[in-house]
Amino acid sequence: MDSVLAIEVKKVCKYFGSFCALDHIDLEIREGEFFALLGPNGAGKTTLINTIAGLALADSGSVHVMGNHVVNQYRLARRQLGVVPQELVFDPFFTVRETLIIQSGYYGISKNKTWIDEIIERLGLTDKAHANMRALSGGMKRRVMVAQALVHKPPVIILDEPTAGVDVELRQSLWDFIKQLNIEGHTIVLTTHYLEEAEALCSRVAMLKQGKVIALNSIQSLINTMTAGYSLRLRLQPDNLPPGLQEKQVTHHNGFYELRMDSYRQIESVLAQLRENKIQILEMQLLQPDLEAVFVNLMKNPVSET
Amino acid sequence: MTGFLTLLYKELLRFWKVGFQTVLAPIVSTLLYLLIFFHVLEAHIEAYQGVPYTVFLIPGLVMMAVMQNAFANSSSSMIQSKISGNIVFVLLSPLTYREILLAYILASVVRGLMVGAGVYLVTWFFFDIPLYWPVWIILFAVMGSALLGALGVIAGIWADKFDQLAAFQNFIIMPLTFLSGVFYSIHSLPPAWQVLSHLNPFFYMIDGFRYGFFGASDIPPYMSLVIVTVCFVAISLLAIKLLRSGYKLRH
Repeated sequence: MDSVLAIEVKKVCKYFGSFCALDHIDLEIREGEFFALLGPNGAGKTTLINTIAGLALADSGSVHVMGNHVVNQYRLARRQLGVVPQELVFDPFFTVRETLIIQSGYYGISKNKTWIDEIIERLGLTDKAHANMRALSGGMKRRVMVAQALVHKPPVIILDEPTAGVDVELRQSLWDFIKQLNIEGHTIVLTTHYLEEAEALCSRVAMLKQGKVIALNSIQSLINTMTAGYSLRLRLQPDNLPPGLQEKQVTHHNGFYELRMDSYRQIESVLAQLRENKIQILEMQLLQPDLEAVFVNLMKNPVSET
Repeated sequence: MTGFLTLLYKELLRFWKVGFQTVLAPIVSTLLYLLIFFHVLEAHIEAYQGVPYTVFLIPGLVMMAVMQNAFANSSSSMIQSKISGNIVFVLLSPLTYREILLAYILASVVRGLMVGAGVYLVTWFFFDIPLYWPVWIILFAVMGSALLGALGVIAGIWADKFDQLAAFQNFIIMPLTFLSGVFYSIHSLPPAWQVLSHLNPFFYMIDGFRYGFFGASDIPPYMSLVIVTVCFVAISLLAIKLLRSGYKLRH
C-alpha cells in the first residue's frame, strides 16, 4: 500500500477575476519528502500554498492535507499543517514568547513550554524572548514566523520564501533545523528564489509557470532530462580547436571554448586530441549542469496549452 | 476549548495592554459628557416623574459607553489584524468560525462592561442612583455589548481601510446611539419621531437597561430583551456567514 500523501492537489483551478492563477494543478507530495515549489514571480506558488493552507479557496478541484479535505475537514487539515507566510507579519501587542504561547493555544496546546523553549533556542531567539515583536529586526521577525509555524509540531511544514531578506548565518541555522525536522519525519515544502538552496535540500521539485506545473520530478532526473550534459570550458594555446572537437563546440567567447560533454568519459578523448594537435591547455573548467540550468531552460519556453 | 480560550485571552490582553486608551479614556470622556449635561440641563428637564435629569442620564451614558466600546473593541481588533496581516495566524489555525466570533464578542463584552462599570462607579460617589432590579441591568449590558461586539466583527471584516470603519462608526453606530434615548425619554419626542425610535434596536437596549435602575421604561423590559436578543442572533448569524465564506479574509 502507498504511504499517506502529505499533500494531494487534484485539478485545482483558481481565478482572480478573469486571471487564471492556478490552472488545473495536480500535485502529490509524499509523507517525509523535502519538496520545492519553484517558479518566477507570479507563477502561482503562493496562491497554491494559500489554497493548501485554506487562506485561498479553490474555484474547482480539491486539496487534501494528510488525507483531510482542506475545506470540509478544515480543522483536521489545519492541525497537520504549519505555514510560514511569505509576507512579514506580526502582532505588535505581544512579546515573542507571548506570540508563541498564543499560537500554540490556537492549536489546542496549553502546556507547550518545553517545545517553545526548544524552538526559541534553535532559532536563536533566546535573547529576544521577552522583547516586543515591534522591536525586532526583519530577520528576527522572520524567525518568529518560522517558530509560529512549528509551535504545534505539524507533520507537514510549508515555508514560503523563508530565507528572503535573511542573513547567511540564520539561513544556515534555519536550514539545519528544518533538515533535522525532515529527518524526524516532517514533510517539508518550500518555495525559494535561491535555486541552490532547493538543489541542496530537496529531493523533488515542481516548477510552476503561469499557474501550471511545467515540470515535476526529482532534481537529478530534471537535470538529466532537461539539460544537455556537462560543459568543458577551455582556454587554449594556440587558440584554435582541432577539427575533431568542433562538433562538440557550443560557444567561443572571451577566449574560452565551451564543449558539450555527455559524460566524464569523453574528457579523456578531448585531452588526447589536444595532445595530438600539440595544443596546450591554459585553463580548464568542468561545469556541471544544475537546477538553475533546468529552470532557465524551462522558463524561456512558452507554456503549452492543455 | 483551549483554542477558543486562547483567542479570548489574546483579545483581552490586546486591549488591556493599551488600557489607558481602551478603558480609562472612554470613562473620562463619558464623565465629561455627564459634567456638561449636569451643569446645562439639570434644572430644565425632568424625564421621568421625580427623577432628576442627571440621574436619568447616567444609565443612558453608561449604556452608551458599554455599546461604543464593545463595538470599538471587536472592529478595531479585526481591522488592525487584517491590515497588518497578522489575522493570518488565526485563519491558519483550526479554530472554528463560531469560536472566532464568540471570542471576539466576549472580549468586547468584557471591555464594554469594564468601561460601563468604571463610569457607574465614579458617578455612584456623587449621585444617588436607584438600583431597582440589577438583573435587568446586567442582562441588557451583556446583550447590548454582545450585539455591538458582533456588529464590530462585521464592520471590521467589511472595512478595507480605517477610513471606512470610521464611516461605519460615524454614520451608523453614532446616530443609532444618539437617537436611542440616551439623553431623553422618547415620550418627550413628537409622535413621528417616537415611531422612528421604535425601529432603532439600540433604543430597546437603553430602555431596558434603564428599567433596571428606575423600574420604569417606555417599553416592557422583557419585550426589549426579546428584540435585542433577536437582533443579536441575526447579527451573529451574519457574522458567522461572513467568516465561513471567507469574505474579505480569504481569497
